[in-house]
Amino acid sequence: MRIPCTFLGHARWHAAMTRIVSLGLLCLLIAIPVAATAQDDVDNGQALLEALDVRSFQDKAEAINAIIESEDERANDWLQALLDGDLQRHKDDGRFVIVTDNVGREWPVIDALSGDDLGEMSRRDLARININNALRRQLRSALSMVELYTGDRDERREAAKGLIGKVDDELSDSLASRLENESDEDVRHRLNQALAVYRLEQGDIDAVETLAGSLNSDVRVALTRAADGEGAVADAAQAALADIEQTLKLNRGAETLYFGLSMGSVLVLAAIGLAITFGVMGVINMAHGELIMLGAYSSWMMQQLLPGYPGIAVLLSIPVGFLVSALVGVVIERSVIQHLKGRPLETLLATFGVSLILQQLVRTVVSPLNRSVTTPEWMSGSVAINDALSLTLNRLYVMGFAVLVFAALILVMHRTRLGLEVRAVTQNRAMARSMGIRATRVDIMTFALGSGVAGLAGVALAQLTNVGPNLGQSYIIDSFMVVVFGGVGNLWGTLVAGLSLGIINQVLEPWAGAVLAKIMVLVFIILFIQKRPRGLFPQKGRAAEG
Amino acid sequence: MNLWQSMARRDRVFDFLAPTASSVDVRHGPILYLEDVTVSFDGFRAIDNLNLTIDDGELRCIIGPNGAGKTTMMDIITGKTRPDTGSVWFGSRHDLLTMNEPEIASLGIGRKFQKPTVFEALTVFENLELAMAADKRVIPTLTARLTGEIRDRIDEVLTMTGLAEQQHALAGILSHGQKQWLEIGMLLMQRPRLLLVDEPVAGMTEQEMERTAELLTGLAGKQSVVVVEHDMGFVRSIARTVTVLHQGSVLAEGSMDQVQSDPSVIEVYLGESEEAA
Amino acid sequence: MHWLGRPFNERSTQLFLLVLVLAVTLVTVLHLAVSPQHPLYVSGYTVGLLGKYLCFALLAVAVDLVWGYLGILSLGHGAFFALGGYAMGMYLMRQVGDRGTYGDPVLPDFMVFMNWESLPWYWHGFDMAWFAFLMVFLAPGALALVFGYLAFRSRVTGVYLSIITQAMTFALMLAFFRNEMGFGGNNGLTDFYDILGFDLRSNATGLGLFIASGIALAFGYLLCRSIVASKLGRVCVASRDAEARTRFLGYRVERVQLFVFVVSAMLAGLAGALYVPQVGIINPSEFEPLFSIEIVVWVALGGRATLYGAVIGAILVNYAKTIFTGVMPDAWLFALGGLFVISTVLLPKGIAGVLAHRFRRREASNTTKTEVPA
Repeated sequence: MRIPCTFLGHARWHAAMTRIVSLGLLCLLIAIPVAATAQDDVDNGQALLEALDVRSFQDKAEAINAIIESEDERANDWLQALLDGDLQRHKDDGRFVIVTDNVGREWPVIDALSGDDLGEMSRRDLARININNALRRQLRSALSMVELYTGDRDERREAAKGLIGKVDDELSDSLASRLENESDEDVRHRLNQALAVYRLEQGDIDAVETLAGSLNSDVRVALTRAADGEGAVADAAQAALADIEQTLKLNRGAETLYFGLSMGSVLVLAAIGLAITFGVMGVINMAHGELIMLGAYSSWMMQQLLPGYPGIAVLLSIPVGFLVSALVGVVIERSVIQHLKGRPLETLLATFGVSLILQQLVRTVVSPLNRSVTTPEWMSGSVAINDALSLTLNRLYVMGFAVLVFAALILVMHRTRLGLEVRAVTQNRAMARSMGIRATRVDIMTFALGSGVAGLAGVALAQLTNVGPNLGQSYIIDSFMVVVFGGVGNLWGTLVAGLSLGIINQVLEPWAGAVLAKIMVLVFIILFIQKRPRGLFPQKGRAAEG
Repeated sequence: MNLWQSMARRDRVFDFLAPTASSVDVRHGPILYLEDVTVSFDGFRAIDNLNLTIDDGELRCIIGPNGAGKTTMMDIITGKTRPDTGSVWFGSRHDLLTMNEPEIASLGIGRKFQKPTVFEALTVFENLELAMAADKRVIPTLTARLTGEIRDRIDEVLTMTGLAEQQHALAGILSHGQKQWLEIGMLLMQRPRLLLVDEPVAGMTEQEMERTAELLTGLAGKQSVVVVEHDMGFVRSIARTVTVLHQGSVLAEGSMDQVQSDPSVIEVYLGESEEAA
Repeated sequence: MHWLGRPFNERSTQLFLLVLVLAVTLVTVLHLAVSPQHPLYVSGYTVGLLGKYLCFALLAVAVDLVWGYLGILSLGHGAFFALGGYAMGMYLMRQVGDRGTYGDPVLPDFMVFMNWESLPWYWHGFDMAWFAFLMVFLAPGALALVFGYLAFRSRVTGVYLSIITQAMTFALMLAFFRNEMGFGGNNGLTDFYDILGFDLRSNATGLGLFIASGIALAFGYLLCRSIVASKLGRVCVASRDAEARTRFLGYRVERVQLFVFVVSAMLAGLAGALYVPQVGIINPSEFEPLFSIEIVVWVALGGRATLYGAVIGAILVNYAKTIFTGVMPDAWLFALGGLFVISTVLLPKGIAGVLAHRFRRREASNTTKTEVPA
């Protein structure tokens, strides 16, 4: 959790508070814990917590300090519970408890003093120890300091980051001493920044240099405040801010690019199956979107079958999604499309009918409502590149998946017997047949491949959006646009077209809004096709006219 | 801007669709004149320094082995392919190299492709009606009436091609030979000055061939006709003058007998057959 | 204008007009002259429903003109229909005047709601009926002109054209969903009061609109028939079957396509304009790609390139839709989807094809004609 920087107005009061806290913390951490009997602990603890249950927040602040100074081992748990609002007192017997889960009417609680499990208590019997925002800040700083001394590397990093902008005179001393003992470069860097913000507040012009280039929002707040004034410090701060602004712009650009690539890879995944059935075979399958939807539902179904193992379910749903969609694709090919060979417009209509049937089937069999697929742990979260830019992992995985699928398809089309036969059949069906290629079998295999890839797209999409009966519909027009834009029959064209359309969309979005951006992209493609009817990378020698 | 350009082009359509037959000036010699024409594709010289003249009203047969450049020559005349060097004149007034396909077509050069394409969903009569030289813009086409004059013209061509009985049948049900004649008939409806006919008897029966020969020889005198054909028997039956193309240029020219006794022609044809054997 | 009179000499057109006139008269009589208690009474609701079918039939005729005769499968006719509908809706909206919820004499309710100060420029003139009715044709016509000009000039045909017309419709749907467009966003235009001074809620106006739809259908049918029966119609068929060959004959195929496409779009706009006052609302859902493709299926089921088949298909499918959505709404999409497949795979010539086949067979057995096309 990032600590909000709303405390600026209370700087003086806050300084006083943190001084007390930091003193107490130092005592807590430097002193060797004194052995005490369990009974003593309970008594001391009871007294310490009693002190919290007072009206005045001023008194509470002192009680918190007392807890810190008590060097009690349980202090950290108490402070955390107090911060979270989980430290409560039983109305009848006055016992202090920590609520571990506050959902419903009956809450499971543990004894705050002994740590014993007390079972469930009715929420009506409990009274929360209230705190205000000032106390929350005090608690957070205190907890940060505790973590800075006791936490592992990641906790220390977070704690140091949380301290930026909250350092005062006395805390600065303790931080400086902590800095000497800190070995982790990242933690040191952040501590230095925290100290520099403090020094900047004191009017130290050298501090600006330390802060220059930082993307931390608290640092920026401090610099903005310093830049507000007059004199050398303000000038330096302004220069540093301008510099940071520049870097931020770059980061925003990188972020747009990332989102664009992510959206583009989704488009590529959705369109690449179509690039095979439509582009290579020349079959207009309007039910392609529904094959994507079926892939997504396979992913959902796997999770229903394997509750508690979202990771394995996702991995398994890759082959399952492929097979389900491929199978449905083959059924469509055999039952409808093969009867309409050479009549593309009729194929378009018939497969559209199939798409309606599939949608309604899912609505009837599963549910008309959207379902969501759990993202496995190793796919959730994000990778922080710097303070201003972090990349969500699931999108990163989808991108990687798109690259893998694309590479696999290129291999299949150019390095396998099937690929050779597909190209032979599409170029000259009669000739290919006379050379012993079973054209019908090739048709089925190719269509299964294209459909299966649509299923894979669905599996990937399930990780990004909700799964619903209309999922496919929203991708079919986009997919056709990508294939036509890239040049029909050209897998590389589909890749380039998908990625560039994704990026164009994301670039347009900030100033045009999502809907208008989409409209603009559609209009752009419509105009583009008029200009170059055969797409970005026209396939030579094959008639582009349907 | 584009719109204006296209509107300007629309005017040009009007101009060149106006009767132009008289604009072809043949007083000073041949109707078609190719001089030193060369064209190469990727270094391969499909046409190499070709010289050819066709007189007004002549029926000329062009023969030659595969790859001799017969089809390329047709492409050049109709504006589909541009030569690298040389000049191509239609009469003594029109430089064909400065014109595009529809312009050349409207000058009165008609071409029949190897594979017959007629409008199968329309009747024979309607096929001929569409092919007729007329104002082919949208609104005039919409309001066009079938006048007695037009009917006479269509009847004339129906008789010429021997399709009068089938005039109300859909073109799709015609036999292969009939389709070929219909297509020649469609060319005739445009009253071309010069008719380019590509392999008219490919796939025809003996009787159909005879009928085609009659049709083509009947045209000569009124129209200039250039026939490209493989079938030697057929060429012999219609030809007055034969031109032999070989490797993109004229190897021999003259009557069928002259050409057949020409040693270089014999060498080319025999030499090829020796190689093949 | 002799070309406009040509269809009157055709037996099929005479028959079609006869059936249409009889049907409209019958409904009118059953609505006006029969007492509401009588089982044969046609209620105002049913009249409205039938009027809606007639609008759809006109729309189907427009689609058949381009698809059946020109071979252009437009998935954008829903958009032309909707544009005509919006033009009419804007007129009806302006007719509301100060009777709206907010009582603004000029601004429609949704604009007041969005705190708009004044009418957007494109709303001006729609208070005048002649202007609005002109726009019913011009708005879809202009879109078709620009879109068709670009597409046909680049020789975009076949499925490519279908796909980009669908993209166009989709983009328009997204655009009309936006509130900022000034067409009422999601809700569209609704809560109309009267048209040309007649109360839209009265049965008499409903009947008038029904008859007007019948006349519009007759007009649209005749116009399409005149085009089809002219030499231009034969050029259309020629370009449908062998586009390059037609060009080679000297016809500017792209001009022919553009002309017919624009005429067809205008007819679709007219259908939309008559549809809106009868259903009382126009919203962006008419732009949905599904609707446009549904129209094509009416035509496919009825039989393409016949025009009367399109009318039969439109009325049949929409009647089925009314029944289905009333009795078992979930099954409708199954039925519609099945219809797509059946009409293309099993009935490639549609109902009209089956009828024509029967008819021809009977004729062949009656007469001793020698020539039987294969």
